[in-house]
Amino acid sequence: MTVAPHSPNDLARAGGAAAAPPRASFLPLFLTPPPPVDAVAVEERVAALAKRSIKKQAKVAGLRLAVAMMDLTTLEGKDTPGKVRALCNKALRPLEGDPSIGPCAAICVYPNHVSTARRALEGSGVKVASVATAFPSGQSPLAVKLDDVRRAVDFGADEIDMVIDRGAMLAGDYGKVFDEIAKTKEACGAAHLKVILETGELGSYDVVRKASEIGIAAGGDFIKTSTGKVQPAATPAVTLVMLEAIRDHYYATGRKIGMKPAGGVRTAKQSLHYLVLVKETLGDAWLTPDLFRFGASALLNDVLMQLEKERTGNYQAAEDFSKD
Amino acid sequence: MSREMTKAAQPSAAARGGAPERAAADGAEPRLVFGRAWDYAPAPEAADHVTIAPRYDLFIGGAWRAPRSGKYFDTINPATESKLSEVAEANAADVDDAVRAARAAYESTWSKMKASERAKYIFRIARAIQEKARELAIVESMDGGKPIKESRDVDVPLAAAHFFYHAGWADKLDYAFHGRTARPLGVAGQIIPWNFPLLMAAWKIAPALACGNTVVLKPAETTPLSALLLARIIEEAELPPGVVNIVTGAGETGAALAAHPGVDKVAFTGSTEIGKRIQKALAGTKKRLTLELGGKAANIVFADAPIDQAVEGIVGGIYFNQGHVCCAGSRLLVEESVHDVIVRKLKDRVATLRVGDPLDKNTDVGAINSKMQLDKIKQLVDAGAAEGAERYSAPCALPEKGYWFPPTFFTGASQSSRIAREEIFGPVLTVLTFRTPDEALEKANNTMYGLSAGIWTDKGAKIFWMAERLKAGVVWGNTYNKFDPSSPFGGYKESGFGREGGRQGLSAYVELDG
Amino acid sequence: MTVRTKTKDDDVILSAALAGAEPARLRVNKAYKMFVGGAFVRSESGRYFQVTSAEGGADPDVVNLPRGSRKDARDAVLAAKNAWGGWAGKTAYNRGQILYRLAEVMESRRPELTASLERGGESPADAAVEVDAAIDRAVFYAGFCDKFHALVASSNPVAGPHFGFSVPEPMGVVAIAAPARPALLGLVSTVLPVIAGGNVAVAIASERDPRTAVVFCECLATSDLPGGVVNVLTGQAAEIAPPLARHREVVGIDAWTADDALRAALERDGSESVKRVKTHAPLAPAAWLDDRVGQGIGWIERFLETKTIWHPVGI
Repeated sequence: MTVAPHSPNDLARAGGAAAAPPRASFLPLFLTPPPPVDAVAVEERVAALAKRSIKKQAKVAGLRLAVAMMDLTTLEGKDTPGKVRALCNKALRPLEGDPSIGPCAAICVYPNHVSTARRALEGSGVKVASVATAFPSGQSPLAVKLDDVRRAVDFGADEIDMVIDRGAMLAGDYGKVFDEIAKTKEACGAAHLKVILETGELGSYDVVRKASEIGIAAGGDFIKTSTGKVQPAATPAVTLVMLEAIRDHYYATGRKIGMKPAGGVRTAKQSLHYLVLVKETLGDAWLTPDLFRFGASALLNDVLMQLEKERTGNYQAAEDFSKD
Repeated sequence: MSREMTKAAQPSAAARGGAPERAAADGAEPRLVFGRAWDYAPAPEAADHVTIAPRYDLFIGGAWRAPRSGKYFDTINPATESKLSEVAEANAADVDDAVRAARAAYESTWSKMKASERAKYIFRIARAIQEKARELAIVESMDGGKPIKESRDVDVPLAAAHFFYHAGWADKLDYAFHGRTARPLGVAGQIIPWNFPLLMAAWKIAPALACGNTVVLKPAETTPLSALLLARIIEEAELPPGVVNIVTGAGETGAALAAHPGVDKVAFTGSTEIGKRIQKALAGTKKRLTLELGGKAANIVFADAPIDQAVEGIVGGIYFNQGHVCCAGSRLLVEESVHDVIVRKLKDRVATLRVGDPLDKNTDVGAINSKMQLDKIKQLVDAGAAEGAERYSAPCALPEKGYWFPPTFFTGASQSSRIAREEIFGPVLTVLTFRTPDEALEKANNTMYGLSAGIWTDKGAKIFWMAERLKAGVVWGNTYNKFDPSSPFGGYKESGFGREGGRQGLSAYVELDG
Repeated sequence: MTVRTKTKDDDVILSAALAGAEPARLRVNKAYKMFVGGAFVRSESGRYFQVTSAEGGADPDVVNLPRGSRKDARDAVLAAKNAWGGWAGKTAYNRGQILYRLAEVMESRRPELTASLERGGESPADAAVEVDAAIDRAVFYAGFCDKFHALVASSNPVAGPHFGFSVPEPMGVVAIAAPARPALLGLVSTVLPVIAGGNVAVAIASERDPRTAVVFCECLATSDLPGGVVNVLTGQAAEIAPPLARHREVVGIDAWTADDALRAALERDGSESVKRVKTHAPLAPAAWLDDRVGQGIGWIERFLETKTIWHPVGI
């Protein structure tokens, strides 16, 4: 399987699979245009996979994995250091009675809270992800957005969750969308980049597919569905389309890109459905927090409730689980 | 497994800030692994609320009675080979009783009944199927081998829908034929196959009753149980005795029914071979006949298709119901420029198909219906390999007992291969290529069958152009295996004649003037 | 014993007690209300009118009903409009199932419907026949929801390389002035074909017997029919119908009032927004009972639009 050429510089190098992430290049993207996506069929496939019945040990294993994949998130104007510290504690030890559950993969906060989170999580493996690029709208000049990124990285963010320019996407200015992502990746330095497509604003699965390919080609390490501030946020159908883009990219280049559905994943049952999508589309290798994350807040307690239910056999009450 | 999962789930400290490993440094080809990370646990459908009687009699004239010969035959679960029950073997005399009962009911009651009253009986049957849906689905899966997911979500709801739909036609026949007067034919003798036992019973009985006929139905010998449960429903719906009669048996029972002089109309769904025999037997009689026979449908994928969804359509088209489907998309005609990517995606997709216990809710592909059918499939698959086609089978573990065949496809087959021409009726796909739309058309139509076809392309005009030219009774555009009571279904050429479903499907069950 | 003001019921209880019999149990009177957006409501105007019973029974001799106003009509149209997307978006099969459920519920309420018609002035025999016919008509339309397309749609053999087809579509909000008699069958016969076609309805109940319309609404409310698909107002057609005829969200009118002048006025009012206006002089009850007259495809078809679509056929 040959690797699709990227930039003229890449072409100049000897062939074979690239050992390092190739430099982002825009042109080849539309030499092999993204395939059309049939909405009815996508939704049927997702509905069929929703029927997977995950019971007993598979359910427990899946839920534990879901916890480990969580980017526990707080993105509110009223966030305070106290709130962020409490969330960090929750990420470190989700269920006080069972230290084997967790920790979560990351905390996701606004740039002003990165330092607090960093201190609270010091010495653990839990990462600090920061939203940036004038999240959630992205409607600021590029210079401002890039500065937003650099400062978040300086504060200590391990991961940056950026938003693409949806206006440019819908207006067909794909070069601009690509360019901003590429520059954001540069501004990230060593931090890993998640590209938020804001699928709820894109209007069709065809555009989601196109945006996914741009996000990947421009250097994103992860593609992410949503900011969580717009309805609809993540859906299984949109997730499947993005996973398919990741799959095709992997076959073309050997690079594994990660995926993160965010917003709208509230129940344990839904989280297991997403894991089914990953397992049956990309297989074993993607069932890891390195390549799949949930952007969630309320989800964690529902997962903990379900784990307790599996352990005790009884349906649980919401009040038995700490609300942080 | 839990421990392994927890270990894999810990984010590696070394990975802080770094990206996950990309392509292997040695340039190995990318390969997706659909393995055992996070196995699904067994998810058995609870079947303890369902009772199958140890023995079933014939349902004739509104009563259950023993076969005249006193003979019964076993019906087994093809997934386990264990006996489920024994059912009566109807001989010619039993068939005669049933036809007489149907005739008596027709003359005395059913043909005289106000149409809107007839409708209400049929509505009752529909309702009861909904109420007993789970039980029917479980019995259907146990008797025939199909996954519970399918019997529960496709067979049983569609069966209920067929009764609902046709109930509404009973008092509207004046509208259905453009001013021509419609009269019922009398007694319909109906013979159905083992691949969709309850659904085929619904497809036959519902329109017959709606049009004012009475029925004698013979279910397939390997799958009699759901029809017998339907007989119970009909009994509980208080249908006048003799309006519907169920006679179980094998080929001889069916032949006796088709040949009976008291039958006004014969409806047969099954193999082309038997269909021809029945058509021949009816020659010279005044009996009306409809046949729904075999197929070797072409599922045509163009380069401009929504590729991932096309792959779903291919997989659903041939592996749904283990490929025991007359309209199965058993030939994949793929545009040569996308052959390799489609085959690669097919391999990945087929690797996630779960073959196993039909009563497990996660099973995608169930058991082959019978030993006989399994042998036929193996024979043709061996022929395919012998003809030089390259076989790929899903890497799945098959249970010890029962009749199983892994989802399989052949590449490198030619138009003249047996596997490209003969109906396999199993989970086996033959992949062929084409270069132009004309060539796709030529290859698709190059068969004596003509039941169905699929077209995958993003270009609407091409769908209509192909659909216009395909010699098939059902054409699916960017979809496959879609059925609805309002949608007429049936074939061209040796796939049979007549349509079932829709306004058009009513014609088979009435006499029209003008 | 505490002392309190004597009431009429006290006399009953006292006489019964003196006679040594058990005192008669006091009936809980039903409040009759209009049905809008799936809820039972009074008129926003607070006004009422009274209907008397032909005989006693389950209602007192005099019953108060809301006297619907033009604002109630406005609210009903809004409720209908909001319900239209969901109703038209269901599968035809699902609509049929819901109408069949309505028939089931009506069947189970047969005694109440019959008694209501009798209170409204019908003889027991006529009431029974009318209720049977109303239930069977519901079954008729339940079975038509997913069939009329096959009868009215077409494939058009246009002269050229195009696939041409015409499909029926519902119009939207249809206003109905139900006939005075038969109070139940008339309402059922005018409302059900309209919604079977995928439209939503705002109906004005018979002024002669609005109570039976309300009992019918109780059937609608328990039949899985989404709120707002059928709305029924009680009051005077002469007051409520004209604002409906002038309401720009209402696309069709089916008026069965005996008032010739009102029918003409509705036709004039409807013309201002090019409404599909159908007015009818009253039909004899026997005609409503006749299956060839009181039901049929025409009743559905006249509130359907036809959409014609073309698409090229080529590679």
